[in-house]
Amino acid sequence: MNTSIRRFFYGDIPGQESAGTPVPQGPKNDWPLWEVFIRSKQGLDHKHVGSLHAADAQMAIENARDVYTRRQEGISIWVVKSQNIHASRPEEAGELYDPAADKIYRHPTFYDLPDAISHM
Amino acid sequence: MSVHDLEKHFQDKIDQETKIEPLDWMPEAYRKTNIRQISQHAHSEIVGMLPEGNWISRAPSLKRKAILLAKVQDEAGHGLYLYSACETLGITREETINDLHSGRAKYSSIFNYPTLTWADIGAVGWLVDGAAIMNQVMLTRTSYGPYARAMVRICKEESFHQRQGFESLLVLSKGSPEQKAMCQDAINRWWWPALMMFGPRDTESTNSDQSMKWKIKRKTNDELRQQFVDMCVEQVKLLGMTLPDPHLKWNTDRNHYDFGEIDWNEFWQVVKGNGPCNKERLQARKQAWEEGAWVREAAAAHATKKQKRAAAYAA
Ligand SMILES: [Fe+2]
Ligand SMILES: [Fe+2]
Repeated sequence: MNTSIRRFFYGDIPGQESAGTPVPQGPKNDWPLWEVFIRSKQGLDHKHVGSLHAADAQMAIENARDVYTRRQEGISIWVVKSQNIHASRPEEAGELYDPAADKIYRHPTFYDLPDAISHM
Repeated sequence: MSVHDLEKHFQDKIDQETKIEPLDWMPEAYRKTNIRQISQHAHSEIVGMLPEGNWISRAPSLKRKAILLAKVQDEAGHGLYLYSACETLGITREETINDLHSGRAKYSSIFNYPTLTWADIGAVGWLVDGAAIMNQVMLTRTSYGPYARAMVRICKEESFHQRQGFESLLVLSKGSPEQKAMCQDAINRWWWPALMMFGPRDTESTNSDQSMKWKIKRKTNDELRQQFVDMCVEQVKLLGMTLPDPHLKWNTDRNHYDFGEIDWNEFWQVVKGNGPCNKERLQARKQAWEEGAWVREAAAAHATKKQKRAAAYAA
């Protein structure tokens, strides 16, 4: 498919040169990327909220505090280097989750019980 | 799978409203379009801090100063959410920022206009954030997952931006004759640039079909612009002010307000870099980046030192 898309979307200013073309550059001194997880006051678990760059874990937590909890969104922060996160592969989703598909007896609704029984 | 099959599978997912995630296969043009759009959006949030930052030290009261500080800080956060979403498409933060500084990447032209009086801060909140929200609400349903999630977070924070702007104008509109005049003047200057934020007319948008098909965007520039006009015409009445367009008129056939012609020459001039503040804005960004270099280096050196110490201690 050879569609050239280059102009005319809101917030998207037309131009011949589009962003996204790597620029030649010197040695990398980018701070590592961290994924941020936050648990809210009533929350049972930490939820992924986004990511940020920071020189070390301490700085990542402080920046996460500034960026992701400005409105008291959380009372606990986890940060983990993005490179340490391993994800399942989307193209294997079929086989990966298939074993659970035919086990409806794992759900309480599978069992037919008399209406007389309550609280079960 | 052949490329053709992959493309079909990709389009099927989009048609079924399944979000596209970073590890999923996607056409190169989809990736590029998203990189460009998300990074421009990120740059807009960051450059957008400059016109408002201009008034933080001169806000008329401590309350207004605190509000403005909080708003500008939010915009920095929005920039971050968007840069992060952009990075998931395989471009580094540094590359994105280089693109801004070299002029290769653009940002919303609205931020190339100056904030001349305090009333401009109110007008920016009401009109500029207002226009941005129309677009951003649409983008919460965009097809690329990380972009959509960033938008949800941003939209939650945006509504205070528009409200504080309108409220600030409301106060001025009930003030002294000078304050009223200042309020009207700000509206006069920001109205047309705000309408330009939605981009060229649909009849000129030769390629937006593909973006609609991929559900990167779901409404056309003109649809969003019309929605914005209809909303503002009603709101300005509450201020007792007017919008600077003699052609504004309710159209019973269309059930929308008709409005006058945008000065497209001005639009293209500002896009091309000839707006009132283009050079100043880019210069300010570059200067901030360069003057912050020592902080980035020091933090990296500090982190390395701490790591070495910890390693020595463990040994
Ligand atoms: Fe924003
Ligand atoms: Fe905003």
